[in-house]
Amino acid sequence: MAVSLREYRARIRSTESMKKITRAMELIAASRIIKAQQRAQAAAPYARELTRAVSAVATFSNVEHPLTTEPEDPKRAAVLVVTSDRGLAGAYSSSVIREAERLAEKLREEGKEVDTYISGRKGQAYFTFRQRPVVRSWSGFSDQPTYEKAAEIGQALIAAFNAEEGEQGTVSAGDEEFEVPAVDEVHVVFTRFRSMLSQEPSAIRLLPLEVVEGTEKPDESELLPLYEFEPSAEEVLDTLLPQYVQSRIYFAHLQAAASELAARQQAMKSATDNADELIKKYKRIANQARQAGITQEISEIVGGVNALADAGAGRD
Amino acid sequence: MADTNLQVELVAADRLVWSGEAKQVTARTVEGDLGVLPGHAPLLSVLVPGVVDVQTADGETWAAAVDTGFLSVADNRVSILSEYAQLSHEIDLEKARQDLERAREAGEDDDEALAHVRSAEARIRAAERESSSRAR
Repeated sequence: MAVSLREYRARIRSTESMKKITRAMELIAASRIIKAQQRAQAAAPYARELTRAVSAVATFSNVEHPLTTEPEDPKRAAVLVVTSDRGLAGAYSSSVIREAERLAEKLREEGKEVDTYISGRKGQAYFTFRQRPVVRSWSGFSDQPTYEKAAEIGQALIAAFNAEEGEQGTVSAGDEEFEVPAVDEVHVVFTRFRSMLSQEPSAIRLLPLEVVEGTEKPDESELLPLYEFEPSAEEVLDTLLPQYVQSRIYFAHLQAAASELAARQQAMKSATDNADELIKKYKRIANQARQAGITQEISEIVGGVNALADAGAGRD
Repeated sequence: MADTNLQVELVAADRLVWSGEAKQVTARTVEGDLGVLPGHAPLLSVLVPGVVDVQTADGETWAAAVDTGFLSVADNRVSILSEYAQLSHEIDLEKARQDLERAREAGEDDDEALAHVRSAEARIRAAERESSSRAR
């Protein structure tokens, strides 16, 4: 009995130290989530104004732009999956990957080939482990996405979209250049941040642009003014649309970051709660074992005394 | 029109840089410098890296360096959107000068290097305007 008592005590100790870790992670995630939300809010005015501008151009000019034109026979689609860099966030990464798989399956049924782009180490690990091809992946910023990174991803996807069919688009990122196969559609799968308690993996089609899926639609009463375009509607659109795409990708990353932290906080909270439960259970068992040990010892002593007494009485 | 002011918003990709009322906004577009006064016709224009000057309602002026972006004017509302925007007092002049040196060395024939040169120049101009207006 004494052995198992020691074992239980060791288990209690290790569970307690694990609890300390999960508790710390929970607190860290909770404090970062506020910052992530603030960042998402700070980026909102830019996205809102950009959306306004894009809808203005789209409404008042009949410009045909490659980024908004539906290809007649889409054959190839790119899917950008936004996952996390680190684990310990519950089902966060696996649910977004599952959503991506569902989308890829749907696209394949429609007869399109799927090119995968990954953001986040967890997604990379998933695809390399299964030895599935990934066109390009980025990582190292999932909990604090910067606009630069989002712009880099956006440029790659736009290059892929703009490239002629069957050819490669070239993207230069810093010092290196890489090639991306041409696609007819671009989708993004990310986790939408609904609230601290609910995050929902969702897939949107980024390109060709459907004008305009706005985060905030202007009121019906607020008529868009008749804009003059300088130098011309085409040129305004030329610069506007890539920025719009990049801003959407940035927005997706910000949402994903907030969701990741929320998921981690939740996962760590339940881990801490579970550790509490376990400690309680182990303590009970350990106490039982301790008491059983004591009882046994007493009965052994009593038994020994009795035996001695009996032996002594027999001799007399 | 003297009593109406422009509602100005200068927005970068990751934050709202400045918002408030202003009497005049000057920015550099692809077509050249453009001044906006209250009552301006609705306009959407493309900005090149440069300096945005704003005369606020209480008579102060400030400058900001912006990268490529947009200027939209409608109903006395001016929105300046740029991926990167910095108010002049936030600019690190030394760093901007170093960036300029480095970008110049990279060669001016390269489009990307040229864009870096432009944005560094814009930052220096904005910062210098700030210091000269303070001297006055």
